[in-house]
Amino acid sequence: MGEPELDIEARRIASSARDRVRFEEEALALADQVYRVARRLVGSREEAEDLVQDTYARAFRSWSSYTPGTNLRAWLLRILTNLNLDRGRKIQRTPDIQPLEEGDYYLANRVAEAQGEQALDQDKVVERLSQDSIVTALSSLPHDFRDVVVLVDIGDFSYADAAQILDIPMGTVMSRLHRGRRLLKQQLAEEALR
Amino acid sequence: MSHGPCDKCEELLQGYLDRELSEVEHAQAQAHLDGCEYCSRRYRFELTLRQYVRTTAEERMPPGLLQKLAELRSTGPAL
Repeated sequence: MGEPELDIEARRIASSARDRVRFEEEALALADQVYRVARRLVGSREEAEDLVQDTYARAFRSWSSYTPGTNLRAWLLRILTNLNLDRGRKIQRTPDIQPLEEGDYYLANRVAEAQGEQALDQDKVVERLSQDSIVTALSSLPHDFRDVVVLVDIGDFSYADAAQILDIPMGTVMSRLHRGRRLLKQQLAEEALR
Repeated sequence: MSHGPCDKCEELLQGYLDRELSEVEHAQAQAHLDGCEYCSRRYRFELTLRQYVRTTAEERMPPGLLQKLAELRSTGPAL
């Protein structure tokens, strides 16, 4: 190898090292956001920490398959949801949901019936819900629904991003989101009305 | 029981709040909401609920986790 080629090779290596460091820094800057989603996908803080660590270990290994300029948070979450699938869920299928299908206005209508239309304008109806009850309601959702609700409602991902992360069609994202939120509201209704 | 146009508005609730409606659907929902107290109240309620769920269900990363993640890097432990 002549000197110019050596030079080119050295520069290529240096440039790749810089890309890698940049990738690692950008990924670490997103850790808190990744954790927040992870925490609501699994049952405990320890599980969430493990899951995030496994995610970053894999991300750092396969960093070169990330395309710079694309949504890194979504890329990380895709690894995370796949790992989460591999881990606990195995063959656990979504149980059949009871056909009880209340409308989107269900909770609001219950509140209005019990306390009058004006009650809907008051934040205190909602604030009556404890953190525990919200967390419990979320974690009791069948996992297919929970994944979508957590990604969109906690992670603030678009339907398109959620579809890509979970590798499901966008129509499926929308229907799971819809049903997941309805189920959530059914769960929360009792406490909101106390 | 049907509320006529309110049924359609209820259907559009999710996409509206997620900012995922087409222009036509958004205009449709908006036109109805502007004139319908029943629906606009429920949209507001839903929005409040959703924001409340988000802030309530969020938990920050535990201290120490970031350092553990940084140590997984190929390029060394320093942050």
